[in-house]
Amino acid sequence: MSAALRDPRDRGGPAQPLLRVDRLTKHFPVRGGLLNRQVATVQAVDDVSFSVRKGETLGIVGESGCGKSTTARLLMRLIQPDAGEVVFDGDEVGHRQGISVSDMRRQMQMVFQDSYSSLNPRMTMAESIAYAPRMHGLGRREAYERAENLLSRVGLNPLQYARRYPHELSGGQRQRVNIARALALEPRLVILDEAVAALDKSVEAQVLNLLSDLKDSFSLTYLFISHDLNVVEYMSDRVMVMYLGRVVEAGPVESIYRRPRHPYTRALFASKPTLDPDRRTTEMPLTGDPPNPINPPSGCRFRTRCGFAMPVCAASLPPLDVPFEDAADDSHVVACHVPAAQLGHRTGVRHG
Amino acid sequence: MSDLALDRQLVSRADTPSAPAPGYWTSVGQRLLRDKTTMAVTLVLFAILFITLGAPLVTHYDPYAGSVMARLKPIGTPGHWLGTDETGRDLWTRLCYGGRLSLLAAILPVTISLIVGGFLGILAGYAGGWTGTLIMRTMDVFYAFPSILLAIAICGLMGNGLANSIIALAVVFIPPMVRVSETVTTQARHLDFVEAARASGTTTLQIIRHHVLSNVLGPIMVYATSLISVSIILSAGLSFLGLGVTPPQAEWGLMLNSLRQAIYVQPSVAALPGLMIFVTSMCFNLMSDGVRSAMDVRLNK
Repeated sequence: MSAALRDPRDRGGPAQPLLRVDRLTKHFPVRGGLLNRQVATVQAVDDVSFSVRKGETLGIVGESGCGKSTTARLLMRLIQPDAGEVVFDGDEVGHRQGISVSDMRRQMQMVFQDSYSSLNPRMTMAESIAYAPRMHGLGRREAYERAENLLSRVGLNPLQYARRYPHELSGGQRQRVNIARALALEPRLVILDEAVAALDKSVEAQVLNLLSDLKDSFSLTYLFISHDLNVVEYMSDRVMVMYLGRVVEAGPVESIYRRPRHPYTRALFASKPTLDPDRRTTEMPLTGDPPNPINPPSGCRFRTRCGFAMPVCAASLPPLDVPFEDAADDSHVVACHVPAAQLGHRTGVRHG
Repeated sequence: MSDLALDRQLVSRADTPSAPAPGYWTSVGQRLLRDKTTMAVTLVLFAILFITLGAPLVTHYDPYAGSVMARLKPIGTPGHWLGTDETGRDLWTRLCYGGRLSLLAAILPVTISLIVGGFLGILAGYAGGWTGTLIMRTMDVFYAFPSILLAIAICGLMGNGLANSIIALAVVFIPPMVRVSETVTTQARHLDFVEAARASGTTTLQIIRHHVLSNVLGPIMVYATSLISVSIILSAGLSFLGLGVTPPQAEWGLMLNSLRQAIYVQPSVAALPGLMIFVTSMCFNLMSDGVRSAMDVRLNK
């Protein structure tokens, strides 16, 4: 945190969140028919609010199609949000008096899941890393020096790898290059969108350790998106659980992993594989696919798969700001109508 | 930090490259040099280029001066080793000079369509939306006509002559060229590295120049090369029908037409212009195949 304080780009001090997202919404039109009319909308991201503190890692978990990646792309403004505001260190992104999208992008970078397609096959590793700094006006020499420096920081010998092409590297090596490229503009926030999902387990562990090291030495803040609960637990300080484009639960990682509140989070964690035979899965795992986001259920979106659903769940959308009465930390919030006590009684044995 | 050191060790042990990799185009060139078929057809094409452009060096006859005494001599006649045509002109000379117009009438339309069609296709592919739809639907209109019919119709409208046949063929080749470049651009544009470049604040023009063009030009050029082989046949076909070059100029398609009457007298001589058309067209086709496989990075070893 002290390093973040020294950063001249730090405007609000440590207390101000680096990123504050307020009611971010993106609905994709589904077009069809003879005249290409809009026939439906996919509510990919609906009313999502959260904030990322300076120096922390916020994990976002959820099934595929829950809007994790769309959220990342919305934050990078690779797609335009329909509604909602994004505030980067006190400056609203894209607002006249705030920070412009291009200035925001210099401080916020992204690592994609597919390590092969995120590198230009016609560029060497050094060219790919040096590209963005050069486009932002850094001289050729300095840009390549920075690229070689970054290559060694991510554990690749620049003498061996600077002049290689993507197809000559393994998946783990390519993902290291992608990380180096994301760091080339000296960002403060890095979005890791399933960055280790495509790697095999041993390489995944190496890359995760590398990410932790880089976070300390560059005083970075991470937004860590993954469907792998173990990886998120290992990496994150706080966790946000998404379901069908909405946030269902958010809070500190220990609190959420120890005492998940939302029925969806519980089901999700129940499906998490564990190597400990004393903690074998006893709860029913979640069955079926998530409902079609084109026509999400009314009220709470999880009610169609929820064992605790009550009439009120169909009638109204539960807001996210419902802290449980016995919650140790009131930053642990959940979007559920069903009272905590009731949830606890039915399945409390497992956590007892 | 110890983790990082360990990582570094693991990585360098996993894959220790012996020498720095050659550049992309260098490795494409190396693979082309190893490909015997492609090298052979390239040599043939260079030979054809040499005898047509350097026609005065390989023959001393005038391509327009005939002799009534020396009409339709067979292949192997002393002084006329490929025989003579129906007005007694040396056939070897006619073939050499004729290739100039044939190649021009074949390559120029492809070049024009490469520039126009490539531009429209990349624009349609990258911009997408309304621009893309407008361009692609306009091209679909041209697709409704068979290509040779369309060329004949345009030539018929504008009158015969070399320039008109070139324009007609260019119009015929633009739609497929647009479609190919649109497809490869659309593919390239949705790859993550284009997104990553956008996310790092690169402008659209820079992205097209550095990321899209380099990945798109290769396939487009390969397609253009294969179009040349079609173009040779089509342009010869137009002159054969009397819609392209006019007599007494030498052009392979036209020569094929005028030697048609002699097919029972000297069939082997009459077939020679056709043979030239066939060989040139096939060579371009094989060359484009070779270049395509040499450019496929994933076929590497």
